[in-house]
This record gives sequence, structure tokens and C-alpha cells, in this order.
Amino acid sequence: MKRIISVPYLIWMAVFTVVPLIMVAYFAFTDSEGRFTLINVANVSRYTNIFIRSIGFAAVATVICLIIAYPLCYILSKLDRKYQGTVLMIVMLPMWMNYLLRTYAWMTLLGNNGIINQIISFMGFEPVKMLNTSGAVILGMVYNYLPFMILPIYSVMVKIDESVLTAAKDLGCNARAVLFRVVLPSTFPGITSGITMVFVPAISTFIISRMLGGGSHMLIGDLIEMQFLGNAYNPNLGAAISLVLMVIILLIMSILNQFDNEDDRVLM
Amino acid sequence: MKNKILSRIYVGLVLMFLYVPIFVLIVFSFNETKSRSVFSGFTFDWYVKLFQNELIMSSLLNTIIIAVIASVLSTILGTAAAVGINNMKKLPRSLTMQVTNIPIINPEIVTGVSLMLLFVFFSARMHFEFGFVTLIIAHITFNVPYIILNVMPKFRQMTPNLYNAAQDLGCSPARAFFKVVLPEIMPGVISGFLMAFTFSLDDFVISYFTSGATSQTLPITIYSMTRRKISPEINSLSTLIFIVIIIVLIVKNIIESRNIKKRSVKTDG
Amino acid sequence: MDRIRKLNVFIILLTFFFVFSSCSSDDVSADEEDIEALSLNIEDEDYYKRFSGEGLSINVYNWGEYISDGSDGTLDVNGEFTELTGIKVNYTTYATNEELYAKLKGGGSSYDIIIPSDYMISRMIKENMLLPLNHGNIPAFSNIMDKFTEPEYDAGSRYSVPYAWGTVGIIYDNTIVEEENIDWDILWNEDYTDRILMFDNPRDAFAIAEIMLGYSINTEDHFELQAAGEILKEQKKVVQSYVMDEIFDKMGAGEAVIAPYYAGDAITLMDEYEDLSFVIPESGTNLFVDAMCIPKSSRNKEAAEMYINFMCEPDIAYSTTTYIGYSTPNSAAFDMLDDEIKNDGISYPDDEYIQSRTAVFRNLSDEANMIMQTLWTEMKSSEANSPNQWIVPVFMLGCIAVSLFILIKRQRKRKKDMF
Repeated sequence: MKRIISVPYLIWMAVFTVVPLIMVAYFAFTDSEGRFTLINVANVSRYTNIFIRSIGFAAVATVICLIIAYPLCYILSKLDRKYQGTVLMIVMLPMWMNYLLRTYAWMTLLGNNGIINQIISFMGFEPVKMLNTSGAVILGMVYNYLPFMILPIYSVMVKIDESVLTAAKDLGCNARAVLFRVVLPSTFPGITSGITMVFVPAISTFIISRMLGGGSHMLIGDLIEMQFLGNAYNPNLGAAISLVLMVIILLIMSILNQFDNEDDRVLM
Repeated sequence: MKNKILSRIYVGLVLMFLYVPIFVLIVFSFNETKSRSVFSGFTFDWYVKLFQNELIMSSLLNTIIIAVIASVLSTILGTAAAVGINNMKKLPRSLTMQVTNIPIINPEIVTGVSLMLLFVFFSARMHFEFGFVTLIIAHITFNVPYIILNVMPKFRQMTPNLYNAAQDLGCSPARAFFKVVLPEIMPGVISGFLMAFTFSLDDFVISYFTSGATSQTLPITIYSMTRRKISPEINSLSTLIFIVIIIVLIVKNIIESRNIKKRSVKTDG
Repeated sequence: MDRIRKLNVFIILLTFFFVFSSCSSDDVSADEEDIEALSLNIEDEDYYKRFSGEGLSINVYNWGEYISDGSDGTLDVNGEFTELTGIKVNYTTYATNEELYAKLKGGGSSYDIIIPSDYMISRMIKENMLLPLNHGNIPAFSNIMDKFTEPEYDAGSRYSVPYAWGTVGIIYDNTIVEEENIDWDILWNEDYTDRILMFDNPRDAFAIAEIMLGYSINTEDHFELQAAGEILKEQKKVVQSYVMDEIFDKMGAGEAVIAPYYAGDAITLMDEYEDLSFVIPESGTNLFVDAMCIPKSSRNKEAAEMYINFMCEPDIAYSTTTYIGYSTPNSAAFDMLDDEIKNDGISYPDDEYIQSRTAVFRNLSDEANMIMQTLWTEMKSSEANSPNQWIVPVFMLGCIAVSLFILIKRQRKRKKDMF
């Protein structure tokens, strides 16, 4: 009987989530006059390099986030319980700032006459070109999405029972074995959800590449935005690109999910 | 000991990475000239100008209005949905959860674009404009799943027969719900609400595709500011936002630690 | 219980915000009164009072940095309009004609005033996106100079009233760029690699390439467009970034040293930074007119016409042109300008120069527009000799290999566990 009260929600999701996605598919397979066509989807292949670049940048950013976040979470989880909350809050605090402002801050740091270059030339070195490079775009992604990696990993890390680690050591594991055979497997669910939480926004961003990449490091997000509200109005092509992006992400997610399920079993 | 020092250094480096940009923004909000790299003198001018900037202030107001309405409505919708989903049979339940996951998994830009296409389709036929309504609908759509995800686990922690027991003892179903079930799931509802509220406040991508001429939110205004002559007002705005966040979090922490103390006192006594 | 306290904190925060924002709106109105003291000379006050008290509002969609907004003690034009007429102005901005087109074409938003450029006006007229103006409601149109009242893009000014005009030239840092006779080819000069900015919209960028190649800037020839697209692709390796109004920031901060841009903004920049100079290349350039139009989606056409009329008032047009730096088509405002500006050759080049060196954009055929758009997207997405092209696939392969390895290893382990 109580099932009825979820009906408004079901209607809502049908109208505002499912139908819009169907409309994206509809636009992707029609031309501007509404006739069926495959041209848009076929044309997406023209932008293969953008897809490769986006996937590459997002993957690199995700790996860097993981490399930075994992030791950090480990250290955090080993801290005295009293301080853990505070330190975690300090780490997460920047995430509360609007991310446009955070990205903008990097513009002022990385510019040719920016603060970092001023320090570099003050020390007597040649200024380095940093803004408008692919490195800057990846840096922007890492900076913006790092908290999304820290949070899930930390939350599984604190749940590891200290006694399990002691037991492993008692049974003759060295530090490396403890890390690879106990800690790493039991944090896998956190890692996979961290990876999705970083990878998905990173692959589809258009602000970071525009602000830090100078418009010459286009990503899928830029391409989509350009077709709908930018300099090349073509919503049908834009819809086709969105569709392909969705498929790519679903594929990657399903691979990750497989990992997740297996590890759930291990954890249990 | 060596390990401890190393880990301190590591945490310090990560924190530096996270805070240097914000620190730079704050310092340059007091800069006398518009330069973003040379500090030439101290001034509060940009703060005065910020509060005189009608565009920023009206979009701040819009942002808050939209965030409040969207998070309240999505909390109601989401809590009701969670109750319903909890009572569903296995198949419809997993199907519903799949749909619920769509806005979370989908890239923001695809959600934004798909909603834009929908709204365009309807606005052409029903003569309404992009504005508050479309923004609120869009925000509810991406907020509701987070409410459900926050509330659902609370049912699992609940004693399963509590609701039936209340009815057996003479409560009407509605009364049983408000008296017994709601208090149990309240922590989930509130944390879901807060999550939805912050997401709404900060959302740019989806708002960018669904806003109209009269409903600029703060992130959209910031975006258009970064595309023009950049004024240090933007720095002072970031500083203020940062200060507000710090205050909120500190207050929250104090309250929490006090509560913990109280509780421990109680259990001790 | 602590959760409820948290909620309280949020409520306190909210009230804090509301108080703040209401304070600030008081400040603004106080500020407007100050400016009122500057005294505005409006002849026909009754005309403007028609809608006062009705609580109307209009949505104005303009270029960024294209109106006197009250900063640095200048006249707040929109504020003045509201003060005078009681009509509220919702002011938003775009960066390129194409963006404006996409926003209108996408539908959903209602705007009352837009200010596209010449070729975009023709396109919008052709695609039936504009409302014809009632010139009876725009008496101040008589202030517009004769040479702007019969434009090619809009015969008889049926749909548009000129707002500003200008040319495209090259802004450069005169302490670093020492060449004489600067022409468009400097934008391809490898000596300035990574210190050159470029237009972030297809039409302006293609025009430069077409002038370089000796084509008409209105060419619809497939091969000519292709060739122009090619040299734009070549240019990519020397370009630091593709920008529009970000140019103020980048040129001002010395991030870049050469950039093509509109003369009006160049003047604004040069006022602020002495090291910057501006040149209109010898080989010719584009002359543009931006004009106010009322799109189909307008809800308050008469109020919009009132706004257009207001913008044509001599005092307002004068404030506009002095603030934005673009040339004015308004003869009354032009008369008020200092002789220095009238004769500076940048804002108001002589007629002979205009005749011989400049060309106006015309709307291209749908096909040519499509080709240009495709070439533009391709150019923007192309990879310029960066090694990333190989790093990325290798990295991907590495990732796949690693995940496969893990998968196989686990599979084996499971088999082992089973026995």
C-alpha cells in the first residue's frame, strides 16, 4: 500500500530523466528537419582525437588522484581519532568553494607572468610555459576532483580493523605483504568508487579545459557545449556526441562494477 | 619516527597544493590595482564594489532561492520515494534504483543537455520560458537520487516491525509513519537535504544549460565574469565565500563536539 | 539532535545572506542617486514615463564589455533607464554572434533586445527570428548618421538600429614587437610562438585567413574556405589561446603580446596600458556594425523599442561610445566627442580608407556556413604536433593490460580456492 507514495517520484524520474535521454537519442538519429539519419553518429568519428584526448586526460588525472589520495587516506586513518575529523575537514574544505573560482585561481598562478613564473624568474631561471598546456588541464582536473577520490577511499580505510593487520603481521607478513594482500584488497570498493567519481566528471568537463587549456585542448565537454550553446550550432551532432560519451562511460562503469562485485565477496 | 615525519611532510604538501590557489585569491582581493600577479598596495575597495554590484547580489539571491526550493522539494519527493521503494518487490525495486542511479552516473553535461532539449521541446508548445521553473526542475532532478541514497540505508537499520507494531497499538498508517518511521530515518533525511542544498548552491553545468534570461545563478555569473575583463571583485567574492564556509564548518564542529561531550557525560552519569 | 542544530546553522546563514543582499540593494539605489546628479538631458520625458508603475521588465542580451555599466564613476546606462521609465532591465551577456544565434535558435529564453553584428542580422532576418520595428516608437532614430540608416544587411533599417561600429585590427605590445608595417601575417610569425592570441569565433578568424590568402571575406567557395581552414590549422602551433573578451585580461597582464581584436576594445586597452599599440593592417580588414534588434521571443516589444530609443539619446550614446571605445553611428553623440578622438584615425578612419580597405560581412549561404562551422570545429579539435597523441593510446593500452592481468590472476586464484 505504501508503494503508492513513490508514484510521484517515479513519474518525475520518467519525465525528467528517462524522457530527456530518449530525446537525446532521438536528436542523435535525426537531422534538423526531423528525418531519420545516421550522419550525426557517423560524424562523431571525425572527432576521435578529442575522445582519445579526453579519455587520456581523465585517465591520467584519475591515476594521479589515486596516487595522491591513497597514501593520504592511509596516513589519515592512522591518526588519533580525535584529530581525524578535523584534518579531514581541512582537506575537504577547498571542495566547498565554487569550482569555477578554484580553477580561476590556477589561472593566476600558472600564467606566463603568473606567480609561479615570477618565483622561477626571481630564482634566476627561464620562465616556463604552464598555462594553456595539457599539463595545466590535467592539473585542474586533479585539483578539482581530488576530494572525490579521498572521501570514498578514506571511508573504507577507517573501517579496516587494526586487529586484522596485527594478525597478518603475526602470521608472518612483512609490511609490503600487509599492504598488498590486506589493505589494498579491502579498500578496493573505495578505490573503484573513487575512480568513477573522478573519471566521469573529468572526462566531461568543459570549464577546466577552456580556462586552463586556452581553447586549444578541446575535450568532449567542450565539443558538446559548442554544438548547443557555442560557436557551432548543431544540436543533432551534439546529441550524437553525448550519446557516444554516455556509452563510453557505461562501458567503463560496467568493467569497474565487475571488480567491485568480486571484491565485495572478498570483503564479506 | 622517521615515518611519522615523512607522513607529516606528505600531508603538508597535499594541503599546500589544495590551499595555495585559495590563499592567492584571498591575498589579491586586497590588491590596490587590478593586476593579478603584482601586489601593489592594500585596499578594501573590491569588497565595497562587490556589494554594490547588483548583478552579483541578485544572482546570489537567485542561487539561494533556487537551492532552498529545490532541496526542500527534492527532500519531500525523495523521502516519499524511499519509503515506497523500500516496500517494493525485488524486480521493480532494482529497476527503480537503476533509474535513480542515472543522474548520478551520467556526466553532468549530458544531464544538462538532455533537460535542455526537453525544456525546449515543451517551451515551444506550452509557451513558457527558461527561468526559475526550469532551473528548479533541473535541480530537483539531480538532487532527488542523493536524498534516496541517504534515506534508504536508514530503513535497513530500522527495526522492521516497528511500523506494524504502532498500527497494532492503534495508530492510523499516517500517524504511525510520522510518529515511528520518520524519526528513525530523520538523520538520513537531513543529511540528504544538506547534500542536496550544497549541490544546488554549487551547480554550474546543469544550470548553464537550463537557465534563462532572468534567472542567472551565482556560478553562471562567475562564469561570465571569467570570460570578460576580470575584476578583482571576483577575488573578494571568493574570499567571502571561503570565510562563510569556514565559519559554518567551525560552528558545526563545535556543536558536534559539545554534543559528544554531553553524551559522554550522560553515559558516565 | 545535533542534526537539527546543523539545520539551525543553515537558517542563520540564510538570514545572514538575505540581510546582506538587501543591504546591498540599498547601496545601489543610493549610488544611482549620486549619478543622477550628473544630470541627464532627456527631451521627451513623457514618452519614457508611459510604462512607469506597471512593473515591466525587459531582458537585454548584449556583448560583454559593451555598455557603460557605472564602474569607475561612469554612467550606469541600465540604471538610468530603470530610473527614468520604471522598467527593470535584466542584463546578460554573450561573447560571440554565434553564441547569441545558438541561444536564440535553441529557444526557451525570451529576450527583448539583442545586439548582433551585420551578417548575423541578415541571417536572423532570413530565418525569421526578428520582429520588424515600429519606427514611430523610436523618434531618436533621427540621431543616426545618414550613412548608417540604409545598411546593406537590413534594407531600410526595418529590423535594426545601429549601436556601434568599428574595424578589426591588431593589438600588440610595442616594447616587444618591433616590426614595422605590421600585417596579418604576424599572427603566424613563429618568433612569437605562444604569445599570440586568436579570435575564438569562426567568422572573424576565417576573415583574417581569407584576407591573408587574398580572398573575399564573404567567399562561399568550398576550396577557398578549405584553404583558409588549412592556414588556421597551421596557425594553431603559434597560438597561445583562443579568446574573446579574455583578451582584456591576457593583453593587460602581459600574458600575450599580439592579438587581433576590435578597434573599440583596443582603445579601451590602450588607455589603460601604455605599452600597447593598435594597427589596422594595410592589406585590408573587416568593418562591422552592431545593431539593436528585437527577437521574435520578445514579450514587451514597445518597452524594447523604448530601450532602443533611449540608447539613441545623445547623452546616452555619448556615454556608451566613450565607455566602450567603439565608434558611434549617432551624429549627436559624435558631435559631443573631443576633436582628438574624432581625428585619431582608429575610431573614425577617413571615408577613402573605408572605401578602399575595408569590407563588410555578408550573411553566407547555409551551405557555406555549415562548411565554415565544420572546418572551425575540426581546426579547434586538431592536434598540433604534440606528442600526446601517442602517449595517450599507450597509456590506455597499459591500463587495459593491467586490468586484464588483475582479472586473470583473480580468476586463477578463484579456481585454486575452489579445489
